[in-house]
Amino acid sequence: MENIVVQVSKYVIIFLVMVYSLYGFVVFRVRKQETKLLFYRHQMTLMYLMHLLCYLLLFVHFLDVKYIFLYLVQVVFFGVITWVYKKVYRNMSLLVLNHMCFLLSVGFVMIARINLALAIRQFVMVAAGMSICLVVPFIIEKFEGLGQLGWGYAIAGVALLLTVFVPGLGVSKYGSRNWIQVAGIGLQPSEFVKIIFVLFAAGFLSKTKKFKNIVKISCLAAVYVLILVAENDLGGALIFFVAYLSILFVATGQPAYILAGFGGFASASLVAYRFFGHVRTRVEAFRDPWSTIDAGGYQVANSLFAIGTGGWFGMGLGKGLPTSIPVSESDFIFSAISEELGGIFAICLLLVCVSCFIMFVNIAIKMTNSFYKLTAVGLSVIYIFQIFLTVGGAIKFIPSTGVTLPLVSYGGSSVLSTIILFSIIQGMYVLNQKNQQQNNQQQNNRLDRQGEKE
Amino acid sequence: MKMNKKKTLQKSVVSNGGIYAITYFFVLLFVVMVGYYVHFMVFESKDVINNSYNKRQDLLAESVVRGKIYGAGKEVLAETKTRGDGTEYRYYPYGAVFCHVVGRSEHGKTGIELSENFNLLTCSNKSIGTLWNELNNKKNPGDSVVTTLDVDLQKAAYEALGNRKGAVVALEPSTGKVLAMVSKKDYDPNEVSENWESLTEDADKESRLMNRATQFTYPPGSTFKLLTALEYVRENKKYEDFTFDCDGQEIFSGVKINCYHGSEHGKVDLKKALAKSCNGAFAKIGTELNFKKFRKLCNSFGFNTELPTDLVHTNSTFALKASSKKEEMPQTAIGQGDTLITPLHNAMIAATIANKGVMMEPYVVDHLETEEEEIVSQKEPVEAGRILKEKEAKQLTDWMKNVVDKGTASALSDFDYSVAGKTGSAEFDSKKSSHAWFIGFAPADHPKIAIAVIVEGAGSGSEYAVPVAKKLFKNYLGN
Repeated sequence: MENIVVQVSKYVIIFLVMVYSLYGFVVFRVRKQETKLLFYRHQMTLMYLMHLLCYLLLFVHFLDVKYIFLYLVQVVFFGVITWVYKKVYRNMSLLVLNHMCFLLSVGFVMIARINLALAIRQFVMVAAGMSICLVVPFIIEKFEGLGQLGWGYAIAGVALLLTVFVPGLGVSKYGSRNWIQVAGIGLQPSEFVKIIFVLFAAGFLSKTKKFKNIVKISCLAAVYVLILVAENDLGGALIFFVAYLSILFVATGQPAYILAGFGGFASASLVAYRFFGHVRTRVEAFRDPWSTIDAGGYQVANSLFAIGTGGWFGMGLGKGLPTSIPVSESDFIFSAISEELGGIFAICLLLVCVSCFIMFVNIAIKMTNSFYKLTAVGLSVIYIFQIFLTVGGAIKFIPSTGVTLPLVSYGGSSVLSTIILFSIIQGMYVLNQKNQQQNNQQQNNRLDRQGEKE
Repeated sequence: MKMNKKKTLQKSVVSNGGIYAITYFFVLLFVVMVGYYVHFMVFESKDVINNSYNKRQDLLAESVVRGKIYGAGKEVLAETKTRGDGTEYRYYPYGAVFCHVVGRSEHGKTGIELSENFNLLTCSNKSIGTLWNELNNKKNPGDSVVTTLDVDLQKAAYEALGNRKGAVVALEPSTGKVLAMVSKKDYDPNEVSENWESLTEDADKESRLMNRATQFTYPPGSTFKLLTALEYVRENKKYEDFTFDCDGQEIFSGVKINCYHGSEHGKVDLKKALAKSCNGAFAKIGTELNFKKFRKLCNSFGFNTELPTDLVHTNSTFALKASSKKEEMPQTAIGQGDTLITPLHNAMIAATIANKGVMMEPYVVDHLETEEEEIVSQKEPVEAGRILKEKEAKQLTDWMKNVVDKGTASALSDFDYSVAGKTGSAEFDSKKSSHAWFIGFAPADHPKIAIAVIVEGAGSGSEYAVPVAKKLFKNYLGN
């Protein structure tokens, strides 16, 4: 009997996620507001069901009451947070909120599967982050001059990035010097600087199209990237670089900048390959993980074992060996998900991420203020490109760069910065909607007055 | 940077065109990535997960009964049985006969048990019945491996080697199918646990656990003269005019070369030199060859590199380089010196000549099937490449036929069909008898089987390897 429940749940979870991700695209085609709201409610229901079934499976597998407690706390959390957010962020994108909850819940489940203690820590971080971010809409609304602080962002960002080189503060992890230790808590400054970096680039580039100025701004952006390279955080450097190129391209509309950027990227890659041993190791592990399986190729090889063994339907929660992949709870969580929840689930997860990205871009398009528009573009690109790096690395589509899957992977800095990223986009969207409504009202008033005259 | 105040007051100076472009770019990137993921799942994952480093096999064994391994005629070579107390064990009906090629599944998997491990533990039959088993926590039957191995031929080879150390490899030249692969000394995989200590201790230096056919390298001896002759043909248009006067012993580049047991062959041309396996003639040829080109030829046959096959094997080595000393050449030309070859590789060389110059990748797994005999995946023969021109293959075949008709392998000349071959007596220790080699194929005109036989430390190829070859041909092709 127990086995029947376990096996059937496995397939039901896949079905729920398929329907959920399908909704994520269908809503773009729906015009009627009521239908949209109905679909959003369905999505939430599907998310709650999936979350319930997954925890049920975890409980059945581990037979530990802590899973039930964790589940209940999380359900309350999701209930409260969606209610509060709808109040605070008026007219927010419900699709983004749903996706946020969905991705967080998948992360909660998978981290709880791998290591319960980490899952509890992650949950605390998320709860704290979501609470803090309730102030974001107020900040955006009250401080209209956010777009004028170009130099402020630039200096703050660089200073924060450099903290890792301060003796006694900076810590090395997995061969990269990109962590700091404050009061016993490890933080990854580059995760937060990502956002400051986008604000800096958007702040400057929304105000100028002059070639001379662009060269200056680009040099400043290059400083960021070079600091990250010096920290051996090549994944981070790549994300900053691509985000900057995208903002620059959207701001100027000049494809030539992209071409120049890729030229620079190609030569920089060659230099990195020649001078950094760990870059070579990763590229070799990408080319042929099998011959270096005892050394550099171990991680990628185990990731592929996990994905391949899981197949389309997965081994079932608790039935695989995700812990055989080093750092499966963060950089390689996609492989762990693929192994236990299956390839179909993993693809649906990617679809949800893409749906989220499309909604972000929609918001960027609707923005009327250049600074907000460019910020939205930069943050969207950071989000989607990071997913590309981590998933592409896990499935050996590209060399692995050691970045997290936003909202899903374990890691306080990563999940906090992603929550802030989502909140800023939502906050700007809220402000934009508000301004538009006011404009419409003013226009309507004018029209009314004109009507009275006639 | 001075900002233009006026512009900051403007609403939006940024058009949305760039945003659309970026969106399309990233969506496309994800489509390609998901495409790659699907490709991996469908086409690559089976090979990838079937890796001894993948620790998930024990998980699979909990829900699947390990599949069977069959001979080409569906004879059971390995199967999982259940004891009275419900525990499973692996049973090998033929005992030691297939111990190296099929391998064992306990004490470190080897052979097919290793290479097909995951396939044996995968149930590809997705029916209501298997789903029902899954739901009720009952084990499903794993897929079976049907090999290319001919059980009768394997048994004949096993018996022909008798109690000696050695190896036999038989291939189908047109496909690369491994028809038989025997290595001696052997062990009984049914009793590997009981005998594990003495097997690993290996007090008598018998290396019973090693597959000599693929893992041991030997000097090729005179079988290598085929390649020396081929290089001579390539470098000399008038190779038919070659003559050498053999009086049993001569010095080349300061190296003394004897013919086997000092026999004098008199005046020989290339054909006769091969038939009689005249060391003097080939040492002479060696002094005339271009080192660099010779090395290139040997590399094209698979020396100094991974052989084109999924079978686990040791690489063969050909040490001679462009910079080598002249004194190394006479020994190298007659298959001594530092050249080393696996029996599998030597069989591949014979098969390549038999297949008119095209080398086929040897393989031992023909197909995978479910318990209901539905084919899961079928292996198709793969060409490793054209190594020889058809004309060259024909020339070598003629000379090899002559070895059987008038030379060192004349014991094979009384079949109804003609046999092509080359013997070898590889010296490895001046105090001990040489390794006896034979490589060849039959019928010479339409080859169905190519073989390599080595009998360790026995004596001459004619005396010890040819009789083994004779039993193989007789078994496979009749009289």
